[in-house]
Amino acid sequence: MTASETALILLALCLPFLGAVFSPILYRIFKSNAPWLLALIPLFSLIQFVRLVPRVAEGAVLTGGYDWVPSLGLRFSFLLDGLSLTFAILITGIGTMIILYSGGYMKGHAQQARFVSFMFLFMGSMLGVVISDGLLMLFVFWELTSITSFLLIGFDNEKEASRRAAIQALVVTGGGGLLLLAGVLLIQHITGASSLSALFETGNVLRDSPLYLAAFILVLGGAFTKSAQFPFHFWLPNAMEAPTPVSAYLHSATMVKAGVYLLMRLNPVMGDTALWTIVLPVFGAATLIVGTLLAIRQTDLKLMLAYTTVSSLGLMVMMTGMDIPHAAEGAVLYLIAHSLFKGGLFMVAGLIDHETGTRDLTKLGGLAKAMPITFAAGLAGAISMGGLPPFVGFLAKEGIYEALAAGSFYATIFLVIAILGNALMFAVGFGVGLKPFIGAKTETPKHAHEGPALMWLGPIVLGAAAFLAAFFAHFFNSHFSGPMASAVAGEEVEIHLSLIPHIGVPLALSVLTVIIALVVYWRLAEARAAMAGMFARLGPGPDAWFDSFMRGIVRLSFRVTQTVQPGRLEFYITATFCIIAAVLLVSLVSFGELPQWPGLPDGFLLGHWAIIGLAVVGLLAVINAHNRLTAIVTLGIQGFSVAVLFLLLGAPDLSFTQFMVETLSVVILTLVMTRLNLSPSDHRALGQKVFDGSVAVLCGLGFALLLMRVTQVPFNDSLTAFFNSYSKVIAHGHNVVNVIIVDFRGTDTLGEIAVVMITGLAILALIRVRTGRAKASPVANEEKA
Amino acid sequence: MNTLIFRTAAPFLSALMMLFSIFVLLRGHNAPGGGFIGGLIAASAIAIFGIASGVSAVRRAIHFHPMSIAGAGLLLSALSGFISIFAHVPFMTAHWIYPVIFGVEVPISTVTTFDIGVYLVVFGSISSIFLALEEKDHV
Repeated sequence: MTASETALILLALCLPFLGAVFSPILYRIFKSNAPWLLALIPLFSLIQFVRLVPRVAEGAVLTGGYDWVPSLGLRFSFLLDGLSLTFAILITGIGTMIILYSGGYMKGHAQQARFVSFMFLFMGSMLGVVISDGLLMLFVFWELTSITSFLLIGFDNEKEASRRAAIQALVVTGGGGLLLLAGVLLIQHITGASSLSALFETGNVLRDSPLYLAAFILVLGGAFTKSAQFPFHFWLPNAMEAPTPVSAYLHSATMVKAGVYLLMRLNPVMGDTALWTIVLPVFGAATLIVGTLLAIRQTDLKLMLAYTTVSSLGLMVMMTGMDIPHAAEGAVLYLIAHSLFKGGLFMVAGLIDHETGTRDLTKLGGLAKAMPITFAAGLAGAISMGGLPPFVGFLAKEGIYEALAAGSFYATIFLVIAILGNALMFAVGFGVGLKPFIGAKTETPKHAHEGPALMWLGPIVLGAAAFLAAFFAHFFNSHFSGPMASAVAGEEVEIHLSLIPHIGVPLALSVLTVIIALVVYWRLAEARAAMAGMFARLGPGPDAWFDSFMRGIVRLSFRVTQTVQPGRLEFYITATFCIIAAVLLVSLVSFGELPQWPGLPDGFLLGHWAIIGLAVVGLLAVINAHNRLTAIVTLGIQGFSVAVLFLLLGAPDLSFTQFMVETLSVVILTLVMTRLNLSPSDHRALGQKVFDGSVAVLCGLGFALLLMRVTQVPFNDSLTAFFNSYSKVIAHGHNVVNVIIVDFRGTDTLGEIAVVMITGLAILALIRVRTGRAKASPVANEEKA
Repeated sequence: MNTLIFRTAAPFLSALMMLFSIFVLLRGHNAPGGGFIGGLIAASAIAIFGIASGVSAVRRAIHFHPMSIAGAGLLLSALSGFISIFAHVPFMTAHWIYPVIFGVEVPISTVTTFDIGVYLVVFGSISSIFLALEEKDHV
């Protein structure tokens, strides 16, 4: 890759973030026409990625980027192969449509510019996830998608349900993200590779490692929470509280596929183990079945689609995990098809909601005449979702059946589940894309008519894309799905599926699927009632468990806080000093590092002894002082004696500082003491005195032993020699201590004085808070005056 | 504590200490002293002045809020570090100039300005704590 190409790709990644910055400005200038301009941003990124398609289709893997933190092996770098490029095209392509759609859907909303900003932020984050080469970079973008998803789900932050759904999604996907971080670090530790491209070179290292199980569980923790796999599926339907553009973009077409992306990405280095081929299909199949059964129960268009998204994600995970030929082809075809039809159907559901004022299926009917374009888009989506020709959904379903039918008995079990799941999804898909438009016209809260072009353009374009992909199946397979499947499988894969029906097992299975689906669709109301009854009997599900879990955490942290932070200064100080004493003494004794009895330093005179005696006298005076103030002032005796010792033993700087610190601490302690409403003298019970005294003595003993031990360790004087010989030469100063502080280690000092200042500010704030309270009670002030 | 002798002597003592603190600050590079110690001495001077003449007198005397002084010091220290950027050497690399003032060569460096910043931060932070505590005494 040339430098300019690298820059262009990184620009394509950064553009959405710029869009987030500029959308409020553009909205202010161009008002409701702004979406047309803003849509150019993802369009430009899309063009950049599309231009790379021919090269990637030939099998090239494009990498490039810049060093970020070279000492940690961190690079800001991208990896574009079939998998990431197809994802990037889906994200920017659907993103272009979604920006337009948001413009129509949110029109007139006071915060529409902010909404579009969030959408751009998400788009950039998601793009980052799929094109990152660095493992940690991938993680950073991964968490960014969780955060932007949180912002978007909670966009109507005045609604209790929105806030709850937002927090739930953040806790589940953010928690999973932390597991992923641990997983990524573990993978780095096992393989030594800090980027995906390096990881692919390591072959079987990860699979053969004894830590494989741990890495597997951690990665799955990230992927399953993000892609709403059972039992973490509950957050996704709740996320439907978000405005519909969010549901269409994040919670069906792109973000929820990040988990699937991760599994597909790691399939070449982690897949095909017994664990992988059992856990993934089993959880995927469970998700597929649970999702479809829950979808049947719903009457809300968005919730029906949300639950089928859960099941579709299950189907993708299942196919990613299967260890049979062509499984990857089925998975990627279905992924592309799903993004197109589900994004489109969500937009259709939003259009219906927007134009009629309701999205309750039982209240909708006969809209075809009033909303013909929406109807066309809905029908296209439903047909593709049902896996009927001439849409790409057909290819996907054929691909899945072909792979599963050719496999072992184990695969056949999953084939049955796939047929059942597909049939139910078919029924739900037509429930959304067809049912509201046919039958008798019903009364809706708003008088139904066709929505604005901004809104129907998206679903129509996605429907057309799904049709074109199937119609030009050969081109589509060789340029998109084929390279993508190759990247997932880790080897060259060619896909030959097309719209031309070929008599065989897959076609027969498709017919079977359609028959089951039609029966369910015909009796949708009864099926819904049956499911509702079944789930009512099952009792509370993971969604309710989540609430109890959160309540439990709040209660636990409350208890812990009550115990650990009782708000009594005595307790804090006692605990702190007990721990200091224990750490010092226990470590010295257990490591056998007790010092020898030291000899006296050279030139130790009687005068020195006198000063030590003075310090001891000061100490006794403190202990015997009856008055707190006297105790504080006499504490100074001991401090000044030590300062004099420093002076006599050749550390003038230290002594100087000690003098000043002693003086100021006596003054400040005195001031503080007079502020606290304490009795002038100190009354403690004898037992308390003994205990406090022992803690104090143990602390002092610990410090004394540690210091003695430190001076007895052989002294490495290379630094002393360096500073002594270079202090004058390099730094033009004779005072080595000062030269170290302000020159050699100047940056440290800068940090320290920042700390000094922040501490000062904090103390000032504390004092102010107390003063403020005093002022708040005027009666008390008047009495004083 | 508030004897007549103390109250009369305190302003002179404080002024002397202030002067001394600046002397200590400037000689620090070659002899015992420096910004930290200088700042502490200056803060002590403020403490003595405050105890003798009251907080409002101190606030009038130093004119600026002590926290602003500390902030200015931190800014000065940080900026001293940035000078090296213009010479394309790492942050905080020292630079020296030797202007001749009244026929005497006076070495001035980013190290000196950095140390003055340290002095101001220490002086400002401690004085503001002291003043806030002392002030409440008289509420």
